Amino acid sequence: MQKDVVLDTLGLFCPMPIIKTSKKIKELIVGQVLEVISDDEGIKKDMPAWCETTGHEYLGLEEEANPGAIHYKAYVKKSK
Amino acid sequence: MDTVMTAKLDPRVALAELEEKKPERVTLVVLSGDMDRVMAAFIIATGAASMGMQVTMFFTFWGLNAIRRPGTTGKAKDWLRRSFGAFNKAGAENLPLSRFHFWGLGTRMMKLVMKQQRMPGVPELMEVAKDLGVKFIACTTTLGMMGIGKETLMEGVDQLAGVSTYLAEAKDAQVNLFI
Repeated sequence: MQKDVVLDTLGLFCPMPIIKTSKKIKELIVGQVLEVISDDEGIKKDMPAWCETTGHEYLGLEEEANPGAIHYKAYVKKSK
Repeated sequence: MDTVMTAKLDPRVALAELEEKKPERVTLVVLSGDMDRVMAAFIIATGAASMGMQVTMFFTFWGLNAIRRPGTTGKAKDWLRRSFGAFNKAGAENLPLSRFHFWGLGTRMMKLVMKQQRMPGVPELMEVAKDLGVKFIACTTTLGMMGIGKETLMEGVDQLAGVSTYLAEAKDAQVNLFI
C-alpha cells in the first residue's frame, strides 16, 4: 500500500505501538499515510479502535509472514 | 512475501457501540500497590491518553507507593505509624507482585523477563503517562493516615485532593475504573 512515513514498532508490546502511533501521527500532514509495523497481534484490533476514537482513517492491514514472527502492517491516513 | 489484506469491516462492526458513546474522559482509582495491578492501570491510562482521552488517576492507600519517591520514609512521629511505614516501601520500582512475590525473588524474576521482552515496567509507563498529559492526584486522607509527607511524593503529582474532587471528575467521565 502507498505510504508516506513508516513507524517500526517491532518487538514492542501493547500499549507502546499505539502510543508511538499517536506521537508519530503529529509529525504528518493531513492526507499522508502512516505505515505501522508491529509483531503484536493485538494491533489488528487496536489500530482500527484507535482510528475510530481519534478520527483518523484506517486504511487496512497487511500481514507479512516472516521467519519467527508475522509482521502486521497497519495503514493510517491522517485526517485532521 | 505473503501479503494478505484483511477485511476492513470486521473491527468496525464491534466498534459501533463504542462510537455511539464517544468516550472522552477516563478516571482510574489506583488503590492497589501491587506491581501487576498498577501496571495494568498505567497501560490503560497511557492507551486512553494516546487515543485522545483525558485521563485522571487517583492514588490512594497502597497505590500511593507508586507515586512516592523511592527511599523516602514516613514523617510520622508516633512509633505506630513509623513502624508501619517500614513495611510499606516507597517507589514505583519497588512494588511487589500480587502473587509469587516470594520475598522479592518472584518479582525480580518477573522484572527480568519483562526486560528481556523489552516490556516497559511501571516506572517507564509512568514516564509515558506524564508525557501524554495524564493527571496524577494523591488522596490527602490516606497520606495523613499513613504518615506520608507530600514532599516525599514524586514530581509531577498535579493535585492533592479528596473524594469530592474524584467524584466531580468521575461523573463526567465515560470510563471509571477502580484498581
